Amino acid sequence: MTGHSTYTPKSGFARWLERRLPILGFIHESFVAYPVPKNLNYLWTFGAILSFMLVAQIVTGIVLAMHYTPETTLAFDSIEHIMRDVNWGWALRYAHANGASMFFLAVYIHIFRGMYYGSYKEPREVLWILGVVIFMLMMATGFLGYVLPWGQMSFWAATVITNLFTAIPYVGNSITTWLLGGYSVDNATLNRFFALHYLLPFVIVAIVGLHVWALHVTGQNNPTGVEVKDIEKETVPFTPYATLKDAVGLVVFVGLFAWLTFFVPNYTGHPDNYIEANPLVTPPHIVPEWYFLPFYAILRAIPNKLIGVIALFASILIVAALPWLDTSKVRSGVYRPAFKKFYWVFVFVAVGLGYLGAQPAEGVYLIAARILMAYYFLHFLVVLPLLGKYEQTLPEPRSIAASLGEAATPEEKPHA
Amino acid sequence: MSNATKAEPNRRDILFLATGAAATVAAGAAVWPLIAQMNPDASTLALASTELDISAIPEGQIVTVKWRGKPVFVRHRTKQEIEAAQNVPLAELPDPQADSARVKKPEWLVVVGVCTHLGCIPTGHEGEFHGWFCPCHGSTYDTSGRIRSGPAPSNLEVPDYAFLSDTKIKIG
Ligand code: HEM
Ligand code: FES
Repeated sequence: MTGHSTYTPKSGFARWLERRLPILGFIHESFVAYPVPKNLNYLWTFGAILSFMLVAQIVTGIVLAMHYTPETTLAFDSIEHIMRDVNWGWALRYAHANGASMFFLAVYIHIFRGMYYGSYKEPREVLWILGVVIFMLMMATGFLGYVLPWGQMSFWAATVITNLFTAIPYVGNSITTWLLGGYSVDNATLNRFFALHYLLPFVIVAIVGLHVWALHVTGQNNPTGVEVKDIEKETVPFTPYATLKDAVGLVVFVGLFAWLTFFVPNYTGHPDNYIEANPLVTPPHIVPEWYFLPFYAILRAIPNKLIGVIALFASILIVAALPWLDTSKVRSGVYRPAFKKFYWVFVFVAVGLGYLGAQPAEGVYLIAARILMAYYFLHFLVVLPLLGKYEQTLPEPRSIAASLGEAATPEEKPHA
Repeated sequence: MSNATKAEPNRRDILFLATGAAATVAAGAAVWPLIAQMNPDASTLALASTELDISAIPEGQIVTVKWRGKPVFVRHRTKQEIEAAQNVPLAELPDPQADSARVKKPEWLVVVGVCTHLGCIPTGHEGEFHGWFCPCHGSTYDTSGRIRSGPAPSNLEVPDYAFLSDTKIKIG
């Protein structure tokens, strides 16, 4: 989408550079003149918030890496060294650990926003799939990072997650040995996990680049789900409008981030991770970080190892298939009364699975997890395809302008 | 040239095939070490066996030794535990295996102490069958280390071991 003013270099240097590498014009078109639908709400600020969190994780991570030692006999002590001796080390580590939580909070809001407003639908399928890829890379990065402090939870999370691969028939054990670099989680594992934890965020940066590129080809969705018809009337330039709105959202979000980091820095963590890793003792109750809990609940809900692992991966991958599972012609949930109800049931189910993932896998908890897991898959595989067929939708507005009650619509007054 | 129906391979075709073949071989040769370096190294493979004096383990107790970075349970079984292990009908077992196929001497059970589900370490003398109970996802094992309930697919692994004498075993 193009619109509003185009870039005209002002200084002599800008003119000189523009003829050789048109990067200033590219930035101008992407983040200054870029037209954004004028009816976006605060849920659309999470893209900017996520970009901020990615940079925050990289910056805090790189400075932590200057003090951290990826070696089994030293790793745990080097974290304590960061916490006690390094100048501001406690703040940097708490910012990085809680930053991961805030990053996931933002990505979940961002994903659920997309689900509500049908942002994955034609022509934004590739944009959506790239988002799912970023989410999976984030999960991998978060998991690898959590192993680095070499506490009990680190060690046993590494053990359980790498053992997921032993479920693969025939070659599973060899793959796991290869991943670990040994027969159990040990120094080789910690060392490579550190290398990969350093690498993956930069892979995420690259995929985010593709994600934003795809976004700028299709343009942003908006709460009505109706495409922009009149760039002049229905969009505003990214700067200052979106820039400022994003900044307001970011300030509130960072306020929450700062509260977590400075007032309850260990709230989302697990106390057992302050006990050094012991390969001979499994803690009585192991739980992953909160952002993995719904998937952990799905893994545990199934009494068969291979099927449990398949269900775990399927529950993530199925999100990428949404553009084809949701058959409704109407994009935004605003005009889909039945979808809206099922949407909130789904949100409840996802949060409920998260709650159950933190409970012991027995008795009523196990039964509840099985029911919620079944519903999780039903939502994607049955509810959404059928709703598209049978739902009585409300009439969509003819245009964004019409939805805002503005008289002139493109059809009535085509712009030159 | 234009009326040739069957082009003879020319210099460019030969060069294309030859460089293609060389590039494939070179890529394979470059990737191999990059992948193989992740497998266990020589120092890890060197820690292959562990010896243990079992004379100090009283009846009813389990001793844990580290072998290849993993715990191995050496369990001095009581009479009741041996009987319980021997008397289960094989049809009741998810991974049927006779107790006699899992021990060298009935009093001594030697198994790798790693849950076959996702690798946690089960706790001894616990669970419905008084063998082991895995705290991670609730698998239970019997006094022969066989899986009885829960998500684990198979019995606790029996490592290679040998009685060097009546009081000494060598694992691995
Ligand atoms: C996608 C972005 C990232 C995420 C989601 C992430 C996540 C995490 C998590 C969850 C931890 C464990 C925190 C704890 O409990 O102590 C961690 C630790 C660590 N991360 Fe990252 N990280 C990211 C980027 C980076 C980058 C770019 C580096 C640069 C090298 C880095 C370096 C480290 C180091 C050295 C530790 C160990 C210190 C510690 O545990 O606080 N991280 N990371
Ligand atoms: S690891 Fe033992 S039950 Fe899952």
